[in-house]
Amino acid sequence: MFVVALPVLVPLAGLALVVLLGRDDARARVLSVIATLATIAASVVLLLEWRGSDGILAWVAEGPSAVPVARLAADGLALPLVLLTALLGFVAVLASWTVTSRVRTHYALLLALQAAVTTVFLADDLVLFYVAWEAVLIPMFFLIGGWGHERRRHAAMKFFLYTFAGSALMLVGLLLIIFWGGGTTDLGAEVEALPTHVQTAVFWLLAAGMLVKLPVIGVHTWLPDAHTEAPTAGSVMLAGVLLKMGGYGLMRVAVPYAPQAFADAAWVLAVLGVGGIVYGAFLAFGQTDIKRLVAYSSVAHMGFVVLAIATGTALGYGAAMLGMVSHGLVAGLLFFLVGALYERTRTREMARLRGLVAAVPRWGGVFVFATLASLGLPGLSGFPGEFLTLAEAFSRWGGWIAVAGVGVVMAAVYGLAAVRRIGHGADAPEAACRDLTGREWLAAAVLGLPIVALGVAPGLVLSATERAFSALAAIGGGF
Amino acid sequence: MAYLAAHPLLAVVVPAALGLVVMAGGRRAVRALKWIAVAGPLATALVGIAWLGGDRAAAAVQADWLAQGGAVMTAGVALDALSAVMLVVVGLVSACVVVFSIGYMAEEDGQARYFSVISLFVGAMALLVTATSLVTLFVAWEVMGACSYLLIGFWYRKPSAADAAMKAFLVTRIGDVGLLFGLALLWRETGTLVIADVLAAAPALGAGVVTAAAALLFAGAVGKSAQFPLHVWLPDAMEGPTPVSALIHAATMVAAGVFLIARMWGLFEVAETVRVAIAAIGAVTALFSAMVAITQTDIKKVLAYSTISQLGFMFVALGAGVWQAALFHLVTHAAFKALLFLGSGSVIHATHTQDVREMGGLARRMPVTAATWCAGALALAGVPPLAGFFSKDAVLHAALGHMPLAGWALALASVLTALYATRVTLLVFFGEPRHDGAPHESPLVMTLPLVALGIGAAGLGAAAGPLAVLWGGEAGLDATVAAISVVASALGIGAGVALYRRGPALDTRLAEKLGGTYAFIAEAYRIDALYDRAVARPVRALARWLADRLDRRGLDRAVEGLPSLAERAGRLVASLQTGETDLYVALMAIGLVALIGVALWMGV
Repeated sequence: MFVVALPVLVPLAGLALVVLLGRDDARARVLSVIATLATIAASVVLLLEWRGSDGILAWVAEGPSAVPVARLAADGLALPLVLLTALLGFVAVLASWTVTSRVRTHYALLLALQAAVTTVFLADDLVLFYVAWEAVLIPMFFLIGGWGHERRRHAAMKFFLYTFAGSALMLVGLLLIIFWGGGTTDLGAEVEALPTHVQTAVFWLLAAGMLVKLPVIGVHTWLPDAHTEAPTAGSVMLAGVLLKMGGYGLMRVAVPYAPQAFADAAWVLAVLGVGGIVYGAFLAFGQTDIKRLVAYSSVAHMGFVVLAIATGTALGYGAAMLGMVSHGLVAGLLFFLVGALYERTRTREMARLRGLVAAVPRWGGVFVFATLASLGLPGLSGFPGEFLTLAEAFSRWGGWIAVAGVGVVMAAVYGLAAVRRIGHGADAPEAACRDLTGREWLAAAVLGLPIVALGVAPGLVLSATERAFSALAAIGGGF
Repeated sequence: MAYLAAHPLLAVVVPAALGLVVMAGGRRAVRALKWIAVAGPLATALVGIAWLGGDRAAAAVQADWLAQGGAVMTAGVALDALSAVMLVVVGLVSACVVVFSIGYMAEEDGQARYFSVISLFVGAMALLVTATSLVTLFVAWEVMGACSYLLIGFWYRKPSAADAAMKAFLVTRIGDVGLLFGLALLWRETGTLVIADVLAAAPALGAGVVTAAAALLFAGAVGKSAQFPLHVWLPDAMEGPTPVSALIHAATMVAAGVFLIARMWGLFEVAETVRVAIAAIGAVTALFSAMVAITQTDIKKVLAYSTISQLGFMFVALGAGVWQAALFHLVTHAAFKALLFLGSGSVIHATHTQDVREMGGLARRMPVTAATWCAGALALAGVPPLAGFFSKDAVLHAALGHMPLAGWALALASVLTALYATRVTLLVFFGEPRHDGAPHESPLVMTLPLVALGIGAAGLGAAAGPLAVLWGGEAGLDATVAAISVVASALGIGAGVALYRRGPALDTRLAEKLGGTYAFIAEAYRIDALYDRAVARPVRALARWLADRLDRRGLDRAVEGLPSLAERAGRLVASLQTGETDLYVALMAIGLVALIGVALWMGV
C-alpha cells in the first residue's frame, strides 16, 4: 500500500517545494503550513486505510531488478506516533512564525526532521530504521545550533555526541541481530530466537541507544541543555517526538528480538523508571528557568514510559504508548507556551515573571491547563498512562514501586509552584505584553483538544494498539 | 422521571456540559448563562429523586475504559440507595449555592470562570457518588480537587489565595497517592476495579492485604476530608469565595472521604485494625479542631475548624462500624453547614469584614440571615428537634456502643461544638454593634437559598426513618445517648451564653491569662509551622541541591568531560583547530563509513 509512504513523502515533497519556491519568508511559511497540513491529512488517510486492514499495512519500494530498497509498514505501534508527529510538525511550523533569520532553511530543516522521524516509526527494515534514526540527528543538530538561544553551539554539540555515542552502540546491536538472524534485515521477519547470551548483548546494546534517547536518569544530561537552548519549534519536536523514538525502539526492536534478555533486564528498567520519575520531578522543582523546568519534567514523564515498558504486559505497553502520546501533546504545548512567552518578555527566569494569568489571561489559562495535564490530572491525557503504569508496575513488583508516589506528589509540586510563581500574584511590569494571537490559539487548540479527548477516551489509542501489544506481550513470555 | 432514573449519566453530563457552555460563553454571556447554570445541579438532584421516587431500575452504564490484551479496567455509573440520596443532597445544596452566588458574585470579575468551574465540580461530584468502578471514582475525586484548586485560587492576584489553592491541592494529593496505590493493590489482588467485584472478593483476601488496602484508601480520605494530620489545607481554603467554601469545603467534596469508606464498606467491614485507626483519627480530629474553633476570630475559620471537627464525628461513626450513622450526619451536616457558610457570606457581604470582633448586633439589621443562621447553629450544636440532634445522636450511639473511648471524646467535642456555635452566634448577631456603617439584609436571591437550607437544617431529622429503610440499619433514638447529647449541648450553650454574652472581651482576657497556651491553640497547635520546617523547606533545599550540585556540577560536568576528552584527542589526531564543527564532520564521516560497511556486508 503506497499510502504507508505518504506521511514520509509528503513532508519531503514539502521540503522540496520550500527549497525551490520559498524565495521570500512569507511564501516559505505558507508552503510549510500546507505541507504539514497535508501530512496530517496523509496520516489520517493512512489510519483510515489501516483500520480496514488486518493489522499491518506494508509497502516496499523496489529498485532496479526488483531489489527492495525501502520497506515501510504501519501497525498499531507505529500509527499513534505517526499521527502525533504529524500534529506536532504542524505546531512546530506555527511556532516558527516569528523566526526571521534564514527562514527558508529553518522550515526545510523542520520538514526534513519530520520526514526522518516518521521514517523511524514506519521503517520495516533494520537498516532503514538505523539510517532514519541517525538522519534525525542532522536537522535537529542544525536547528539547535543555528536558531537556538545563547549557548546553542554547546547544546547542539552535546546533543549530537551524546545520542550519537548511544546509537553507535545500537548499531552494533542491530548488526548482531542481522548476523544471528541469518542475514535478513526485515524487521517483521520470523527469525529463530537468538541464543541467550547474544540476546543479552543485543538487548543492552540496543537499549544503550534507546535509553539515551528517551532518556533515563544517568544519561539524561543532554536533555535540559538541548531542550532549553533549542528554538521553540526544536523544543516542541525534541520533547514531543524525538524522545518517543527511544520508547518506540524498545518495543519495536529490543523486546521482540531479545525477549529473554528483556525479561531479565526488566527490573533494571523499572529501577531506572522509578528513579527518573522521582529524580526528574525533584530536578524540575529545583529549576529557576521555566524552560529547564519543562525539560526536566520530561525526564520524569519518560520515567513512567520506561517503567510501563518494563512491566512487559499488554496493559503496560498500552500505558507506555498512552504516556508517550500524552507527553508529546502536553510537553509540546508547554514548550510552545514558554516559547511564546520568551518572544514577548525575552526572559525565561521565573524570578522575573509574575502575575501572567492576570496580565495575559489566555496564555495563563492555557498554561494552567497544560500544567494540570502535565501533573496527570484525570480527565486529561496524562492520567490514563500514569495510572496504568503504576497499577501494572505495582502488580509486578509490589511495594517498592510506591517510591514513584513521591514523584507523583512532586509533579504537582513543581507544576503548581510554577503556576504560583509566574502565573499568580499581582501584575508585574515585565508582563505588559500581548496575549495569545489567533495563530497561537490555533496551535494551542491543535494540542489541547487531543489532550482532553485522550483523557476522556484513552481507548482512542488503546484500540489502535490492541493487536500489536497483545502480540508483543505474548512474545515477552507473559509474567 | 423514568427517563432520568434510567440514565444516571445525565446527573454528570448536564452540569458538566453547562459548565462548558458557560465557559465558552465568556464574560458577556455569563450574565444570562449563570441563571441557566442552576439547571445543572437541579438535573443532578432530579436524577436522584426520580430513582428514589419509585422507578428503581438498576440502570448502569459500563464501558471498558482501559483495556489491552484481555485485561480490562471498567468505568461506569449506576444508581443505588447510596448514590441516589447523595445525588439529591449534592444537587439541592449545589443549586442553593449557585443561586446564592448569583447575588454574592454579582460585582466580581471572572464570573464565567466561576460558574463554569462550579458546574464542572457538580458534575464531578455526581460522577463520584454514582461511580461503579474505583477508576471512575478516582477520576471524579481528582477532578473535584482541581475544581477546588481553581476556586480557592479564584482571586489569584491575592498571594494568600494563590498559596492556599496550591496548598490545598498538594496536601490532598499526598492522600491521593495513598488512594492510588490502594487501587493498585486491589487491582493486583483481585484483578478488577469494579467496586461490586472488589467488595465481593474482599472477605477472601488475606488479612494483610485487606488491612493495607483499607489503610491506603483511608489515606485518601484523610487528605480529602481534612482529617489530622492532613487537615492543614482546609482552613487556608477559606481564601476562596464563601459560596465555594459552603459547597466544596463544607457540604460535598470534603465529605467524599466519608462517602468513599461507606462505598467500600465490604472492605472496611473486614479491616478491623484500620477501623480502630479511623475512629482514633476521627476522635482526635473532632476534639482538637473543636478547641481551635473556639479561639478563631475569623467567622469563616470558625466554620472551617467546625467542618474538620464534624467530619471527625463522621469518621468515628465509620470506625465504630455504623456507616449509616456517618452518612446520615453527612446529609444533615451538608444542609446546616452550607447554611452557616452561606449565612456568613451574607454577613460578610453586608459588613465587608470577616472578623467577628467587628460585627455584633446584626440580628436587627439582617433578620432573615440571623434567623436562618440560628437554625443552622442550633442544628450544629445538636439541639432537638433540629436535624443535627438526630444525626449526632446516631453517631454518638454508634461510637458509645462500639468504641466507648472515642464516643466520650465525641461527647466532649459536642460540648465544645455547642460552645463555639453559641460564641460565634452571639458575637455576630447579638449584643452591641461593633462595626461602622449600616449593613442591611441581602437581596432575595441570597436569602432564598438560606431559607431553603434552613428548612433542611431544621427538618432533616425526619429523614432518619426513610434513610434507615433505604440503607438498612436502625432508626430511632436511644434514651441514654439522647440524654448525654442534650446535656452536652446544654452545657456548651450555657457556657457560651455565660462567657460571650457581653461580646468578645473574654477572648482577650483568656489570651492574656493563658498566654502561650491560648496562642498555641489559636494557631492550631502550630502544625503549619512544623510542616514548613520539617517538610516544605527540606524538600525545597533538596531540590536545589540536586539541581545545582548533583546534576549540573556533578553528573553533567562528569559527562561533559568525556566528549571534551574525545574532542581533544580528535583534534590532536586531525591537527584541526577550528572548533566543534570539525568533530561533527568527523563523526558524520565515521557514521557514513559504518553505514556503507553495513550496506556492503549485507550486499544490498
